[in-house]
Amino acid sequence: MVPALLAFGVAPLMLGVANRTKAIMAGRVGQPLLQPYHDLVKLIRKGAVYSRTTTWVFRAGPVVGLAAVMIAATLVPLGGVRALVAFPGDVVLFVYLLAVARFVTVLAALDTGSSFEGMGASREVTFAALAEPALLLGLAAVARTVGGFSLSTMLGAATARGWVAAAPALALVAAALLVVFLAENGRIPVDDPATHLELTMVHEVMVLDHGGPDLAMILYGAALKSWMLGALLIGLVVPVRTGVASLDVLAACAGMVGLAVLTGLVESQMARLRLVHVPNLLVGGTVLSVLALLLILRSS
Amino acid sequence: MRLLLLGVGLLVVGGVAALLLRSVRGATSVGVASAIAGCLAGVIPAVRVLLGAPVESLRLVWDVPYGAFFVQIDALSAFFLLPVFGLSALAAVYGAEYMTHGHARPRATSWFFFNLLVASLAMVIIARNAVLFLVAWEVMALASFFLVSYEDDDAAVREAGSTYLIATHLGTAWLLALFLLLGRGTGSLDFDRFGPGGGVGLLFVLALVGFGTKAGFMPFHVWLPEAHPAAPSHVSAVMSGVMIKTGIYGLLRTLTFLGPLPAWAGWLFVGVGATSGVLGVLYALAQHDLKRLLAYSSVENIGIIALGLGLGLVGIHADAPALAVLGFAGSLLHVVNHAVFKGLLFLGAGAVLQATSTREIDALGGLLRRMPRTGLAFLIGAAAICGLPPLNGFVSELLLYLGAFGATTSLGSGAAAPALVAIAVLALIGGLAAACFTKAFGVVFLGEPRSAHAADAAEPGVRMRLPIELLAATCLVIGVCAPFLLGPLAPVLVQVTGLPVDVVRSELTRDVPTIMTLSGCGLALLVLVALVAGIRRGLLSGRSVTTAVTWDCGYIRPAPRLQYTASSFAQPLTDLFRPLIGTRRRLSLPEGFFPRTAAFASETPDLYRERLYRPVFTGIERSLSAFRWLQHGRVQVYVLYIAFTLLALLLWTLGAS
Repeated sequence: MVPALLAFGVAPLMLGVANRTKAIMAGRVGQPLLQPYHDLVKLIRKGAVYSRTTTWVFRAGPVVGLAAVMIAATLVPLGGVRALVAFPGDVVLFVYLLAVARFVTVLAALDTGSSFEGMGASREVTFAALAEPALLLGLAAVARTVGGFSLSTMLGAATARGWVAAAPALALVAAALLVVFLAENGRIPVDDPATHLELTMVHEVMVLDHGGPDLAMILYGAALKSWMLGALLIGLVVPVRTGVASLDVLAACAGMVGLAVLTGLVESQMARLRLVHVPNLLVGGTVLSVLALLLILRSS
Repeated sequence: MRLLLLGVGLLVVGGVAALLLRSVRGATSVGVASAIAGCLAGVIPAVRVLLGAPVESLRLVWDVPYGAFFVQIDALSAFFLLPVFGLSALAAVYGAEYMTHGHARPRATSWFFFNLLVASLAMVIIARNAVLFLVAWEVMALASFFLVSYEDDDAAVREAGSTYLIATHLGTAWLLALFLLLGRGTGSLDFDRFGPGGGVGLLFVLALVGFGTKAGFMPFHVWLPEAHPAAPSHVSAVMSGVMIKTGIYGLLRTLTFLGPLPAWAGWLFVGVGATSGVLGVLYALAQHDLKRLLAYSSVENIGIIALGLGLGLVGIHADAPALAVLGFAGSLLHVVNHAVFKGLLFLGAGAVLQATSTREIDALGGLLRRMPRTGLAFLIGAAAICGLPPLNGFVSELLLYLGAFGATTSLGSGAAAPALVAIAVLALIGGLAAACFTKAFGVVFLGEPRSAHAADAAEPGVRMRLPIELLAATCLVIGVCAPFLLGPLAPVLVQVTGLPVDVVRSELTRDVPTIMTLSGCGLALLVLVALVAGIRRGLLSGRSVTTAVTWDCGYIRPAPRLQYTASSFAQPLTDLFRPLIGTRRRLSLPEGFFPRTAAFASETPDLYRERLYRPVFTGIERSLSAFRWLQHGRVQVYVLYIAFTLLALLLWTLGAS
């Protein structure tokens, strides 16, 4: 129960941490840490304007997207604490629930008939198709190392032992998961969350026509997704499993904050990749996962 | 058994009656009514056997060398009969309206061939004698050939028909060899006398090529993207939904004769599945023709099925019943699931074709407003074929994932490696299928109409709409009720895996809680969607909700032509995978200060057809044309040839004795 509640409550805060990091690096004071919550509240209070081209698909997009991401959030453990729902194979359900959210977001974008949104949708499905094998193969490598394929087992008590047994392979997986994390959440070097109106945008442009409560759902859903993918990475990279749940969760939360700071640092230090090079990065992520698997298969 | 044969008989008699009737209207009524009655009669014994009724068989003497009218319904047959009769009955209802209101010239022959196709599908599945099987197989091929070339005033359709006819017969040649070798030991062509003889590897390859041609494995798939779009849509649905599955049925049936297979057999299936799956979906993504896209997507789904068979064989070989059961179970369930959603999508595409007179995706758009119910059903089908929860496609893919992940975590490298290939391939296919079907649904049904045809579209009548909606409902029902469907699979799995009943049952029972939780999550998703939608409605009530034009960055006159097209949507992926699929582009850029013209066109012809089959067939034609002087049209000389041949044969037999 704890991991899901933390995700629902704290996810937007990570966005605030990343933004604050970027501001400090740029020599600005920056927005309050709780700004994402203020934004959500502001949007929830608004009305809405819909394009005359759109149908119910456009209105259903944010609703189904948020619901799918929320169910997915119940599958992710944190700091070795079991997720609300855990069963062998939940890793597949997790990935496919994210796919549901993507599917409806892309359709909502196409429903506007705008070429901007069409362009964003096209890039989204392209990058997702390349990120999915990296994610699932990386998780398969973890599964083979720890000998179980429920997320709560893979990122539970066994993770620490996994590092002892196969540290190089897990490090490669961590790198692959970082690539997936940055790509799926639309962060630099794949996408720039700060721009709306440039030809290189992906995630932001898909939701250009959404406003009010719909946009709030999309932003909250994006924060949740970012939290979940981060939790996978942190669950692997911060294998603190003392057995005292509160300590472990605290360590994981510190890891999450660290990840948000890292995202902010990457964003202030790097430029976005040229769009044609993004697939190289993602295929690189898949290759890292495959290498990890080869290492593990060879040693067993 | 009697009921099933009665159903087949009804189909045949109704078909012949339709052929004899003068009026098209009468022929349609008789054809459709007999098709529905035949399917209903046939489906009852199939369900009975699946629920545990004893295997029924019937053997009649048939005065053909090595032939016998030997038919049987066991679990495997019953399992394949279910989608055949179910989808065919719905397709018949749909066809009744489609054939009379469409742009095609209605003719009574279509019902003759349609009913014959359904009857032969059933006979293929219940035949237990090689001669009977091959006769049914041939009737199936010919009936579907005549249906494919139904609109034969179109040159492209005639070409598609001849490609299909040649491909199907080349495939059958391998089957002939297979059955002769299988029957060599006992001198009988009855299936129950076939046994594992020598040369299992050779027999396996013969079956793989022969049945793989019908199933549409790459590279034997070239007929499929030609023939399926050319046929009338309800026939496309039957062909893609169930006819190509007779190839899978044939492979499974052959596995029961062959006994233990060498280790490479599993790898070969995984390889075939990976190739067909990934290339199939890439080709589908690159298509501009809606029905062609769906046809290539069938190649993809056949790939997923083959992947599951491969995992199952690897599991049998590695003595890992969990992998064997999950691989075959996922595969079998995907056979049914694909029949449901591909049937749905082809029927939906047919409704679009009838309403707009075009299959060109880039000429459509905005159809959801004009055909809301067809659109919703098509959306459900598109989501299901992408394997999204809580629909049926997810369940079968999940079973394969479960098997593969289980093998990854607990088996040695020999079995874990193919399992990992399967995970990678399924993940890639999942992502690419999502791209393909967001394109298909998004460009066809959403946005603004891109042509006058699309703007004038209207919902089809109830006879076309009802089958589509029933299939959409089935997608949801199978997805949510999945835990209860594993039980009836057990006898089928016992047959194909050769494992003891209790092992299969215990493996399946072990997966039931997982699938239960999964269904629970699916239901939770539906409930949560309703909840969030309610909250949204509550928030927006009483506030200002207005409409405006789509925001296009200050551009004040958005026009339908400014929308993103299907080919632009697919371009990043088709570019990325161009080495594999060879998309060609023709581009003429606008030039000068006052550009007059600019043009862009892209096409993705089938590389296998272009690079593999065309050179081979051209070569054969060239070398055979040397003998053309023998064929000059003078009949009396032909008779002389016959006389000479007979004389030569006579001398040969005399010499031999």
